[in-house]
Amino acid sequence: MVASANTRLRLETSHLTAFFGQHRAVRDVSLLFPAHTVTAIIGPSGCGKSTLLRCLNRMHELTPGAAVDGEVRLDDLNIYAADVNPVELRRRIGMVFQRPTPFPTMSIYDNVAAGLKVNGRWPRKQMDDAVERALQQAALWDEVKDHLRTSALDLSGGQQQRLCIARAVAPEPEILLLDEPTASLDPAGTQRIEELCHALKRLYTIVIVTHNMQQAARVSDYTAFMYLGNLVEVGRTNELFTKPKVEQTEAYITGRFG
Amino acid sequence: MISRATRRHLASRLMTVLVVLLSFLAVLALILIFGNLLAKGASSIDWAFFTKSPVPAGQTGGGVANAIVGTAIVVGLSALIGVPIGVGAGMYLAEYGSGRFGYMVRFVADVLNGTPSIVIGIVGWIFIVKPSGHFSALAGSVALAILMIPMLARTTEEMVRLVPHSLREAALALGYPRWRTSLKIVARTALGGIVTGCLVGVARVAGETAPLLFTALGNLNFTVSVSQPMQTLSLQIYVYATGPFEEWHRLAWAAALVLMGLVLIISLIARWVTRQRYGSIR
Amino acid sequence: MASQPLLLHGTDRGDRIYRGALTGFALALPALILVILGVLFVNAWPALKRFGPSFLVTSTWDPVAEVYGAAPMIFGTLASSFVALLIAVPLALSVAIFLTEFSPRWLRQPVAFLVELLAAIPSVVYGTWGIFVLIPFLRAHVVPPLKAVFGWTPFLQGVFYGNSLLAGGIILAIMIVPYIAAVAREVLLAVPMSQREAALAMGATRWEAVRSAVLPYGRAGLIGAIILGLGRALGETMGVTMVIGNRHDIGLSLLQPAYTMAAAIANEFSEATTAMYHSALMEVGLILFVLTVAVNAIARILIWRVARGAAVGSGAL
Repeated sequence: MVASANTRLRLETSHLTAFFGQHRAVRDVSLLFPAHTVTAIIGPSGCGKSTLLRCLNRMHELTPGAAVDGEVRLDDLNIYAADVNPVELRRRIGMVFQRPTPFPTMSIYDNVAAGLKVNGRWPRKQMDDAVERALQQAALWDEVKDHLRTSALDLSGGQQQRLCIARAVAPEPEILLLDEPTASLDPAGTQRIEELCHALKRLYTIVIVTHNMQQAARVSDYTAFMYLGNLVEVGRTNELFTKPKVEQTEAYITGRFG
Repeated sequence: MISRATRRHLASRLMTVLVVLLSFLAVLALILIFGNLLAKGASSIDWAFFTKSPVPAGQTGGGVANAIVGTAIVVGLSALIGVPIGVGAGMYLAEYGSGRFGYMVRFVADVLNGTPSIVIGIVGWIFIVKPSGHFSALAGSVALAILMIPMLARTTEEMVRLVPHSLREAALALGYPRWRTSLKIVARTALGGIVTGCLVGVARVAGETAPLLFTALGNLNFTVSVSQPMQTLSLQIYVYATGPFEEWHRLAWAAALVLMGLVLIISLIARWVTRQRYGSIR
Repeated sequence: MASQPLLLHGTDRGDRIYRGALTGFALALPALILVILGVLFVNAWPALKRFGPSFLVTSTWDPVAEVYGAAPMIFGTLASSFVALLIAVPLALSVAIFLTEFSPRWLRQPVAFLVELLAAIPSVVYGTWGIFVLIPFLRAHVVPPLKAVFGWTPFLQGVFYGNSLLAGGIILAIMIVPYIAAVAREVLLAVPMSQREAALAMGATRWEAVRSAVLPYGRAGLIGAIILGLGRALGETMGVTMVIGNRHDIGLSLLQPAYTMAAAIANEFSEATTAMYHSALMEVGLILFVLTVAVNAIARILIWRVARGAAVGSGAL
């Protein structure tokens, strides 16, 4: 299951509503993520942006009491259809979280290979190549190539996060979901990850949730602004930030609330 | 005329001193016991002590070789039985134990942890000794395993719960099914703590006497057969300490020192395991 | 790869097998407690039927005439545990208060470790120490002055030969101190700092802050800790049977030999010759089991309220 760089895959939500019990954290959101673009989702805390992200790879439903209404289409396929296996789905979508979460008992190599091993047996050479490729994509290869077998915990915070990115891209997913990936990093680490987004969109379709508007402006092609679970406005990034169409959007990006 | 404030401060000082004194009294008890163990037992420990079996009553010399080997066999077998069940139950509690069934199991484990070990010995007698018609090391092992299971269940659960939720999420997001996340990621991360819990359980069980009194019973001879009565250090100490011969009393102290040493070594290894590999988790 | 149909649906078969296996292991626990109860009850039934409630209050224990009454053992169990608590509670609470409120940081780990170590000492080692160190010490240095001052009370009547309720109580006390202290410490640690700070800010001395703000807050948990210690004391066997004298007797004097339920089973089970003898001992086991289960259940409920289900007291060291 390898996606080539020419695939015009799109991710699209259609009237998506996400529940925590009775509470609707995401309300009737219809959003399109074009192939090989970076889409940023911004909004104040509690606006539902992380929840929306987690609906895209069916992680939301793992919370007890959580439910989803509406559709999410990966090209022609509704990922919430009854005959879809969420475990298989998640292998086609990579996710990176706010805090770096390397597996503590594994080496750097094993961490990157973790997503591969779950997809069946890989011959040694193939796995080595895949690991190197992933680490190259995460711009970490040069720093770790001489000690792949050492513990992942020996890396710095920024390096660990890039390791998590390598781990997420190693199985060559079609979509890459980033949930505030630089929230716990210093400016240098943040910059390196933002550079990665530009490089990686050649290969993947990226959705990034961020509470840092400047980051959204730097990194993304499209930006979606959410507030209290609703999708307020979406558009090309430079348009949204210079000529927002909705008053609420303008209030948020000029800092009047948030 | 002492002011009220001064009186209160004096009272506070007094209570502090009292608390400190009583605390050190508790520590003193420990130091005393250890001190006595060393003083009275060390001189009797020599190579012969470790390699010979007991000699007939009234004679001098002899050793605890049969008891040391017996302890290893009885405790080892009980671990073979108790560890899988105890750790498995603990994993259940950590992974799926938030419902009512889990609540009940947890409560039962805590209550079982306080059950008198002599009662467990009775159970072992009823289930293995009575039907088979003879005492055996196996019966003793089963009794010790019953002691171990609730202990290990709770320590395993505690250790697995320490694994951060974010690690589980990362694995699930990679497309790991739940069972694989639990085994390959969560359990592996908590492994150091789980092993420590097992070692602590083994150390505790190695010192038990009551459940073995009418299961393993004891044996003056050297044997490795689990279907026969077997001697353990704890049983040996009991017989010698309560016996009529001075010689036996001397040997009791030595055996007590050896048993205490064994328990300490296992416990220290347990601590070392946690610190070594998985210190980063805590 | 364009829309490859995703296989299967619903929960992985692997998940179901895994959960099933773990549930099986977990079932061992309630199964165990039911089995223990059932087995004791079934085997005690002949004695239960023969003696009825008089078993609990009769003092005669005569294997030859086949008359069994457990009153002395029950009395001894309760009395020795009571004496043990009297000694252990001030010691254990002091340790807990010292470690959480007064101890300098560098002293905390070593002292805590040493107290925990008390729990690691095997019961039979306590018993050995009791026979050869404690009892001679009591006989030479403790009982004579005690008798001189309090000899007129019913608690210090009779000649002290060594094996006694007093010795049993003291050994038990030392054995349960680490359990009470460990739980009490967790309870005190759960008291928020704001409680202490509020009291100190109002001008309370350090001890007053502890007494008026910390202790009342953790009261339920501390009582739970004490009851847990009681549960341990009730079931202790070896340490007690080696120093308590093992005599079927009820008496108020601490200096006289006594008996506990656990000690009786330990001493007499292997010697029991008739079926009724066994059954009587089984009944003693049943009473002991039910008693400790009840006491432990109460203790755990009290502790859970404060320490929220943490595995306290499940493994010292």
